[in-house]
Amino acid sequence: MNKETPVWEVFIRPRTGLAHKHAGSVHAADEVMALQAARDVYTRRGEGQSVWVVRSADIVAFDPADKDELLEPSADKIYRHPSFYNIPDDVGHM
Amino acid sequence: MAHDKVLFEILIRLADDHLVLGHRLSEWCGHAPMLEEDLSMPNMALDLIGQARSLYAYAGEIENRGRDEDAIAYLRTEPEYKNLLLVEKPNEDFAHTMLRQFYFAVFMEEFWKEAISSSDNTLAGIAGKAMKEIAYHIRHCGEWIIRLGDGTEESSRRMRAAVEVLHPYTDEMFDHDDVVAAAVSAEIIPDPLLLRPRWEQGVQTVFKAAKITMPNDYWALRGGRAGQHGEEMGFLLADLQYMQRTYPGMTW
Repeated sequence: MNKETPVWEVFIRPRTGLAHKHAGSVHAADEVMALQAARDVYTRRGEGQSVWVVRSADIVAFDPADKDELLEPSADKIYRHPSFYNIPDDVGHM
Repeated sequence: MAHDKVLFEILIRLADDHLVLGHRLSEWCGHAPMLEEDLSMPNMALDLIGQARSLYAYAGEIENRGRDEDAIAYLRTEPEYKNLLLVEKPNEDFAHTMLRQFYFAVFMEEFWKEAISSSDNTLAGIAGKAMKEIAYHIRHCGEWIIRLGDGTEESSRRMRAAVEVLHPYTDEMFDHDDVVAAAVSAEIIPDPLLLRPRWEQGVQTVFKAAKITMPNDYWALRGGRAGQHGEEMGFLLADLQYMQRTYPGMTW
């Protein structure tokens, strides 16, 4: 079945103004059926305003073996987090 | 025939179509060929049973004998069910199930489109909600029929077999009798004969893409509207009515 119905990744935008979020995956023969499967599987409880599907094979990803050079260098650069500012009380919750 | 009696009979026919077809679809739950369809078919079943509930509840109101939707749906005998024979046909395989759903959905979409301006306001309201749901059933089943009909050797063989078995049951959707005639003249429902060319066109469009020939030489089968059902109906009702018969008045 996997050859005839490849895997598609499903992205759903819960509300207008928010970004699409990865919801899961479905099997489907083509893009039309993939969208219908995504609708049937992931929007049964009113979760979505908009649905995207992308063939999993079309997604380009990091090779986990490269994580030392790709991800590790950011680990000790805490100054990149905006945590060194004093926020005036008047600003309130940010 | 009195107006309320006609309306009641029409509501029961429609409600029974939806309940029985919804029940058939629900039989796939946990048995579908893939997870995606295992959710899709119960989704459609829930649409149909939701529509059946509105129709039964309204029928109970019109009848005015104190029967609620459960009493009508679960506590009648077989000849009192007035659904089309088409909707009680067994699931057989996925091709049969998609085709049966498609035949019915294409008819109901045309029916609801007209019923939205029914002289009966409640029925018009039910039509408005049902139309959106049924449009998806057509889309989903239609796409499957195209892919199965024009798919592999096996899928095409199964799709054709389903057409041969189920097509003779489609004529009953367009049948006229005293009840239909009275309901049409009271403008409660559209004339089914007027819907026929639109139904044929809707089915033909999908069949063409699916490389399926529309049968024109067959012996039409009917009887459900008169309460004469096939052998499978008794088994369906045994399943459907079990809970209310065993535990009368049980609720969730």
